[in-house]
Amino acid sequence: MSQQISAVPAIELRGVTKRFGSVVANRNVNLTVHKGEILSILGENGSGKTTLMNMISGIYFPDEGEIFINGEPAVIASPKDAFDYKIGMIHQHFKLVDVFSATENIVLGLGKAEKYDLKDAEERVVEISQRYGFEVDPKKKIYTMAVSEKQTVEIIKVLYRGADILILDEPTAVLTPQETQKLFAVLRRMREDGKSIIIITHKLHEVLSLSDRVAVLRKGEYIGTVETAKTNESELTEMMVGKKISLNIERSEPKDPQVRLEVHHVDCTNRQGTLVLDDVSFSVNSGEILGIAGIAGSGQRELLEVIAGLQKTDSGAVLYHNPKTGNVDLLQGKTPLQIRELGVRLSFVPEDRLGMGLVGNMDITDNMMLRSYRKGKSAFLERKAPKNLAEQIIEELEVVTPGTTTPVRRLSGGNVQKVLVGREIAASPTVLMAAYPVRGLDINSSYTIYNLLNQQKEQGVAVIFVGEDLDVLLELCDRILVIGGGKVTGVVDGRTATKEQVGLLMTKSEGGEQA
Amino acid sequence: MNELLVFICGFIAVAIKQGTPLLFGSTGEILTEKSGNLNLGIPGIMYMGGVSGVIGAFFYEKAVGAGELNPVWGVLIPLIAALIGAALLALVYSFLTITLRANQNVTGLALTTFGVGIGDFFGGSLAQLFGEGGSLSVKRSSTLFRSTLPFAEDWGAIGELFFSYGFLVYLAVVLALVAAFILRRTRIGLNLRAVGENPATADAAGINVTRYKYAATVVGGAIAGLGGLYYIMDYAYGTWSDGSFGDRGWLAIALVIFALWKPKVGILGSFLFGALYVLPAYIHYGENRMVQYFVMMLPYVVTIVVLVITSMRKKREHQPPESLGLPYFREER
Repeated sequence: MSQQISAVPAIELRGVTKRFGSVVANRNVNLTVHKGEILSILGENGSGKTTLMNMISGIYFPDEGEIFINGEPAVIASPKDAFDYKIGMIHQHFKLVDVFSATENIVLGLGKAEKYDLKDAEERVVEISQRYGFEVDPKKKIYTMAVSEKQTVEIIKVLYRGADILILDEPTAVLTPQETQKLFAVLRRMREDGKSIIIITHKLHEVLSLSDRVAVLRKGEYIGTVETAKTNESELTEMMVGKKISLNIERSEPKDPQVRLEVHHVDCTNRQGTLVLDDVSFSVNSGEILGIAGIAGSGQRELLEVIAGLQKTDSGAVLYHNPKTGNVDLLQGKTPLQIRELGVRLSFVPEDRLGMGLVGNMDITDNMMLRSYRKGKSAFLERKAPKNLAEQIIEELEVVTPGTTTPVRRLSGGNVQKVLVGREIAASPTVLMAAYPVRGLDINSSYTIYNLLNQQKEQGVAVIFVGEDLDVLLELCDRILVIGGGKVTGVVDGRTATKEQVGLLMTKSEGGEQA
Repeated sequence: MNELLVFICGFIAVAIKQGTPLLFGSTGEILTEKSGNLNLGIPGIMYMGGVSGVIGAFFYEKAVGAGELNPVWGVLIPLIAALIGAALLALVYSFLTITLRANQNVTGLALTTFGVGIGDFFGGSLAQLFGEGGSLSVKRSSTLFRSTLPFAEDWGAIGELFFSYGFLVYLAVVLALVAAFILRRTRIGLNLRAVGENPATADAAGINVTRYKYAATVVGGAIAGLGGLYYIMDYAYGTWSDGSFGDRGWLAIALVIFALWKPKVGILGSFLFGALYVLPAYIHYGENRMVQYFVMMLPYVVTIVVLVITSMRKKREHQPPESLGLPYFREER
């Protein structure tokens, strides 16, 4: 593990701070990376890992602090500057042209000084591949490649340009365990070759098996750097999640809880052919809030979509205990519309907020009608009821808007979310699923949403709350289901569980092979 | 037998002449679409190229008066006028769609209407404005455009098949070959294709997306404008008549799809479309015009069939550029 480390670090950050408006994404970060070293950057979602790396790769410019490269102060104002300093970043979302071959993508955008000769370039690609042990066909078209191959092309692209410092943003998120092993082998070979590698991740076992040192960020703060050999999972988890913060969200005892929804051994494969839900089983009770915790992309979205009937399952069953009839219904085989009629409501707040659920260019009334227009009896639209509902939501949830005729897209994020949640609640659901309902909201708006969810709980609704912030989950939810890599890694009691406990469960994805 | 051969050679020659405006149009549109711009203004731009060329020729002929036309100027002036006229309209399109990010389809359709209107306005009124009756006619310049190699007539059917054309026909083929070469074999071509496929990636790779889009659209428009020039100066003997250009502009756009965005395929496709276009004239339909109209429909039917087949085969190389029709703007950071 221990390489000959030269005295001058390849990169050194001193007191780097980056703000977006009033939000501090990185505060006073100090970091060093040596030649021939793999450094992990560990942190939860939103802890500022990617922002920090974007400053090194020239996408953002730090507000304060200095960056030194090989001991010299450096100004990295654009990705091109980063190239000139031999820094290459492999983003989570690949920047590749699908109909081009691997080589065409690799040479794309190279300077005019370089002669355009694909044959020559192909040979160099093969040479680089052999040196580090990649497997790639330089002539293969990107759209026929698997995700891991695309990632390989991205890495070769950076190496082809002569990068000495490689930054990988969650490279293993899209890989299978075997592919991860291969990638790690390649990264180790690069380390032996004297390259510096920074890898962003939140998987603890990867950190421990791959890196020489670990730098931990938490909510934009730099917590510290430790040597991998001298640390362990629980110490890292504690650094990552920190001490519990009290939020004073009120939480009543569940009244008369009865099983409302049962999920039995559900498997689900997404369009890319990866298993996103792996033998998931749990139940949801009426009058309680079930929290779902997990690293982003662990299958939360698919889980909710399976319940709402938007996603097909490979196997398993979702059972609904209908309080009106007392029957137990199988939800699979029902259309999303039928499931909604049963009272199972999904209020999904995607990253772009408007993507699912609301139509940005339509006003609040029209958005109410998206759920109710089928109830109309005549050929003409019945606008009165939806308009009343819109006015009621505006009043009760304190939506800040000039009126019911303002297009939803003109409202601020928090108000959009209130409209979305308000509409789903207005249908008096029996199961309410809210995914990231407070994402991007300020504290007051967040509390309005928490109160709404609590009201629903008190009325006997089974609430499923997918959240990002562990502090909120621990204060709001009665039970917390933790998923990691599409599997249920544990169910804990929201009143007694600790943050470390949930954090460990979140990062405990299966197949934690010690590569 | 010999007669049949002569007839076939003659028919092919007519098809090639008919297909040449389409070839200019499709080569220009392929370049444009490779940058991600779906320019539906091509029919208007070709019209504009035609009328600009005629206007150039008209003024040159007026300046020379009764004297002999200088063959170099007689060709260059209409040619340059056509290039400029077409490029200007393409520049308007580029400004609206690239800089102002207007909807490409709406802009293109508006420019087609505009180009046709401008063409008919000047083509129909210029002669009258200068106190000459009838249509705008530049027969003397047209002879220059129509002049063939001297030995064309001596070589019989072969001469007719290969050498009986004005220089613009050969230029159309050469431009298509050059476009194919640039797209496949040069860095500029690679960059241009990247811009049309995935402008965000091209941008990240340091390619100036806006510059490429402008250049491809304006150059493509200018090339398409030569199609209009060829039609008026060569095919129509230099006489303008409103609306005679017909639906050739739309056929050129259909040809782009037919050719699967490959200029070389466009050459063969243009001759095929040309053949289908003139076929009705060779059919003796008597009283029943149904057959004639059916044959006139064929180029479009063929295009639809090609679309259906390529969509079913799902080969990505045969699909339109991925970001065709979409405006690009870098996300704010």
